[in-house]
Amino acid sequence: MRPKGRGELDSLYFDYPHFAPPARDKGTEPRRPVVIVGAGPVGMTAALTLAQYGIRSLLLDRKDTFNDGSRAICISRSSYYILERIGAVAPFLEKSLGWTRGRSFYRGRQILEFDMPDSEDEKFRPMYNLEQQYIEQFLWDAVEASALIETRWQSEVTGIEDEAGGVSLTVTDPNGSYTLPAAWVLAADGARSAIRQMRGLRLKGANYEGRYVIADVQMDHDYPTIRRALFDPVCRPGGTVLIHRQPDNIWRIDYQLREGESAEKATREENVRASVAGVLEEIGHKGDWDLEWWSVYSANTLLLDDYRDGRIFFIGDSAHIVPIFGVRGLNNGMADGQNIGWKLAWVLNGYASEALLDSYTPERRGATLDVFANATKSTRFMTPPTHGWQVMRDAALSLALTRPSAGRLANPRQMTPYTYADSPATTADGTGFSAGPVPGAMITDVALEGGFLSDRIGQGFTLLAFGDDAAEQARALRDPGLEVVTLPAEGAAAVAYGARAGSAYLIRPDLHVAGRWQAARAPDIEAALGALSLHKEVSA
Amino acid sequence: MTQEQLEQVYEELAQAIDRAGPEQAEVYLAKLALALAEDLGNADRALAVIAECETGIGAQG
Repeated sequence: MRPKGRGELDSLYFDYPHFAPPARDKGTEPRRPVVIVGAGPVGMTAALTLAQYGIRSLLLDRKDTFNDGSRAICISRSSYYILERIGAVAPFLEKSLGWTRGRSFYRGRQILEFDMPDSEDEKFRPMYNLEQQYIEQFLWDAVEASALIETRWQSEVTGIEDEAGGVSLTVTDPNGSYTLPAAWVLAADGARSAIRQMRGLRLKGANYEGRYVIADVQMDHDYPTIRRALFDPVCRPGGTVLIHRQPDNIWRIDYQLREGESAEKATREENVRASVAGVLEEIGHKGDWDLEWWSVYSANTLLLDDYRDGRIFFIGDSAHIVPIFGVRGLNNGMADGQNIGWKLAWVLNGYASEALLDSYTPERRGATLDVFANATKSTRFMTPPTHGWQVMRDAALSLALTRPSAGRLANPRQMTPYTYADSPATTADGTGFSAGPVPGAMITDVALEGGFLSDRIGQGFTLLAFGDDAAEQARALRDPGLEVVTLPAEGAAAVAYGARAGSAYLIRPDLHVAGRWQAARAPDIEAALGALSLHKEVSA
Repeated sequence: MTQEQLEQVYEELAQAIDRAGPEQAEVYLAKLALALAEDLGNADRALAVIAECETGIGAQG
């Protein structure tokens, strides 16, 4: 919602583009290898990942501009690796605000200051703040520049039928309806996914009681990019307030509604203004401020039983709705898009059998369940569901005035990448490792001369070979699809990976570890590639 | 006690308070404090914690 007198897309800082409907031929549409429904951040990440490996896709979106309803602002380190690999990271680094620190206050007194893990070995900061409009703009710039991605705006999917070897979509745009055949469909059409409804699938899980108003205000406010959480503040007794800095002098203020407070009343402009004024007074902001936009939300943990339905894959909010605390909605959606993107590319390029696609649901649904476990804890702390949780939350906050350990119970558990343990697209752990990422985990980055370890990892499968022997074993495979990076058997990388001469790590295109060996032999690596449903004879 | 263990205790207590119900929660928590103090086996320490926990409670908090 926006203040009276301003249009729906009338932003203080962002010019929404307008996209015309497609000028398409009246003839029959050829079957597309991949159609992606929804040109939000998740759909665009999937399209760019496919394009990275030479796969064409067609993006459909029913709107004529970017999303105005969803307002993610935190992008995690793991998502920056995704952005880097799809060639879109530069404008994000330029515009976004990186941060590591959070502060929690109880009745105006600071009870916790936490720093998310960061060091000189990290290429990216743990978190970056950037408005979703810019996230979509920067991804769109990359999509538009790609010769392999066609986008059709104002194009709504109004029907979907299975057919031999594919799916037949009915698409409706201002010029009429037409049939669009596709070998594979990625449903990135959001929380109210039309594809999901047309397939008769339902999200299952829990809804939480607590409701929050989120409001963006523009103001000159002197405070670093540090996430602030105010528990039981003067301006909102018994409630919780969150404050985040964003680029362009925009500040995100989330505040909890009281039990029984009507959302309709709370979201009236005069009430939003009064509530925001109370928060600003509490944080000592004396100057002017402008109200940009506001909305209301409640926390949910909902997901599909299976993220795949025939030749349709659900990615992002169409597959799962997660609570806002811990910033996992956008970040997990982008990881979904990358995960199915590279796997589908491997199948369509003939490098892997379709069995590889069966690893999508266990990996990404597993990540969602992990998010639920963490976010449920965060949500219970932010909006206690019962008297017992409320009493304990208040007790922990009060005890935090004298004990830091109690303050740590208020840690928001920000997003960390999920480890795909037991996935069909990873292998059993090698023995003898005392350090380093386990199979299924995301790589550990290491500062090396002139850059980072991640810079040396290829676009496809990469073997990190420690010492010349390991590299020799890898070359004996003569697998043109495998890139081999030789690293010294001693030094920073070897320490971080618990490696000695002869050790090796097999890294997937999404920078997760597929397997590792203390003394790597060619047959081991070959068996691992086979276990991942990869053909040995591949064309580079 | 590790942070995970503290969290486990926190969660178990929240659920125990709900099981006790609003009428009995106060008695339950006082009973628990008394039992934990005896298990602590150190009256001075128990009295110090009783005083510490008044910080932030009540009108002066």
